[in-house]
Amino acid sequence: MTAIPETKSRIGSIDWFRAQARWRWYEPVFWLGAVAWYFLLPTYLPLGTQILVAALFALSLDLILGYGGIVSLGQSTFFGVGAYTAGLLATHGWHEPLSCLLAASAAAALAGWICSFVIVRVQGIALLLVTLGINLVLYEAANKAYTITGGADGLQGIEFSPLLGIFHFDIYGRAAYIYTLIVVFLAFLVARRIVHSPFGLALKGMRENWKRMPTLGAGLRRHGTLIFVLSATIAGLSGALLAESVQFVALDSLGVQRSVDVLTMLIVGGTGVLYGSFVGATVYMVFRDQLSDLNPAYWYFWIGLMLVLVVLFTRNGIVGALEDLSAWIEKKRRGAPSS
Amino acid sequence: MTATALATHGLRKSFGALQVTQDVRFDLPAGARHALIGPNGAGKTTFINLLTGMLAPDGGRIELEGADITSLPPQDRVKRGLARTYQINTLFPDLTPLEAVTLVVCERHGVSRRWYERLAKRHAVIDEAFALLRDLGLGDLVRRPTRQLAYGHQRVLEIALALATRPHVLLLDEPAAGVPAQESGILYEVISALPAEIAVLFIEHDMDLVFRFASRITVLVGGRILREGPPGEIADDPEVRSVYLGTAVHG
Repeated sequence: MTAIPETKSRIGSIDWFRAQARWRWYEPVFWLGAVAWYFLLPTYLPLGTQILVAALFALSLDLILGYGGIVSLGQSTFFGVGAYTAGLLATHGWHEPLSCLLAASAAAALAGWICSFVIVRVQGIALLLVTLGINLVLYEAANKAYTITGGADGLQGIEFSPLLGIFHFDIYGRAAYIYTLIVVFLAFLVARRIVHSPFGLALKGMRENWKRMPTLGAGLRRHGTLIFVLSATIAGLSGALLAESVQFVALDSLGVQRSVDVLTMLIVGGTGVLYGSFVGATVYMVFRDQLSDLNPAYWYFWIGLMLVLVVLFTRNGIVGALEDLSAWIEKKRRGAPSS
Repeated sequence: MTATALATHGLRKSFGALQVTQDVRFDLPAGARHALIGPNGAGKTTFINLLTGMLAPDGGRIELEGADITSLPPQDRVKRGLARTYQINTLFPDLTPLEAVTLVVCERHGVSRRWYERLAKRHAVIDEAFALLRDLGLGDLVRRPTRQLAYGHQRVLEIALALATRPHVLLLDEPAAGVPAQESGILYEVISALPAEIAVLFIEHDMDLVFRFASRITVLVGGRILREGPPGEIADDPEVRSVYLGTAVHG
């Protein structure tokens, strides 16, 4: 096998990194599709909002799982902290939605930073259990502190003032959808930047071979702290978006079930590809919406079946299957006419 | 008198009742090409693991250029100029060589936590990574996923990753392990072409390579240093021959 000269110059290498970060054709298509949803499916705007929120939440997990290779089973810890921060601010007289979002993200970041002291000390199964444990502790703490959180009844009586003082959160969910879409898009841009940054490369190194990292000069604990803070910030943002769009915070926003759900969405969609979060959240939420109409009790049966099939038959979720399919079509198209 | 790059004093390590490192006193002068040999289970890899901080010693001291590094974590030893490679490829399978080396250079420049910056804008870092790979003969392969590279190229990449940390002391654990005999020489050409100021300690089982490339040899047996000296002396030492070379020397 002779090596094909792929690069002869330094410019080639810089261009290669630039090309890695370039926007692909399907990216604007995807976001235009999200805008089109607003016009084409006006009766499904609340569902659309929930999908966007779930996708952003899944994206926060993708950063640590898909890029950092760290499996966490307690991601709703940070989602819940964000949701409760926004909700509590609103019930205590602070109704301006944008500043509530910022405060919720900051609170979640702080929670991520505090948790990271424990989390970065362990790996693998131990890390899975520690994140699960933190999640359970916070859930029961919120359950017990019902005078503050409303306990199992959830946090009620949340009201937010109109966006920028103009747009009311209407009952059709129009303002909530547009607002959520803009915030999710901006957060996506941040996540996209992280992935194509020097730190994004370090994360991929941790995923590919975390044991080698310290012998190359990388401080794994400091890397771990940073990714947990960044991921928690985004998770908290998604929690706050949910609180603002449904004007209610349920106790299960801190539940382990939500941590499992978001992991399921991400794996069904595909890890480490950014859009896996969006595809997974869409499929999951639409499935749930349709199936729970048919039979409200047993819809997890179908979710479970879908999870098993996707893991068995795809390399990396739905996005992985689409990549393989397009590679196969490309090969067919190139191969067929010449032969 | 040349400066000492790396030294150990009374280094000890046991796994239960098994003493794998026993009062090892070892000196590696700056710029040395030093081979560490010994039969299987002599404690060679354990010694490297102790030096790099992968294992904590039960006693003794490790000094890098005069500074005590015994209790430093691995990544801090790397930052002070101590790097290693592995006997079994310990690479990043889905990253390209260019990404892997860029990652290491980012760590060395202290920019690896810049999450808000475009990696592609770090021209100096990428240039350096590419130049290193090109100099080691991997210039045409830098953009292929590591797992697609030929095994011999992966062995060179092992060394490239360590070199990207700009080490003063380089520890090579059987750099040619698994490489066909006719290609292992190429690997050692890479090693002997390293800048003279880098002190190199390598573990090697192939005695031809050891005698060709080492200026000094340490023989480790049962966790203890049996002999140390220039190749000629070691080759003629009757005890070394009986303990270690006895099985390897033919006719």
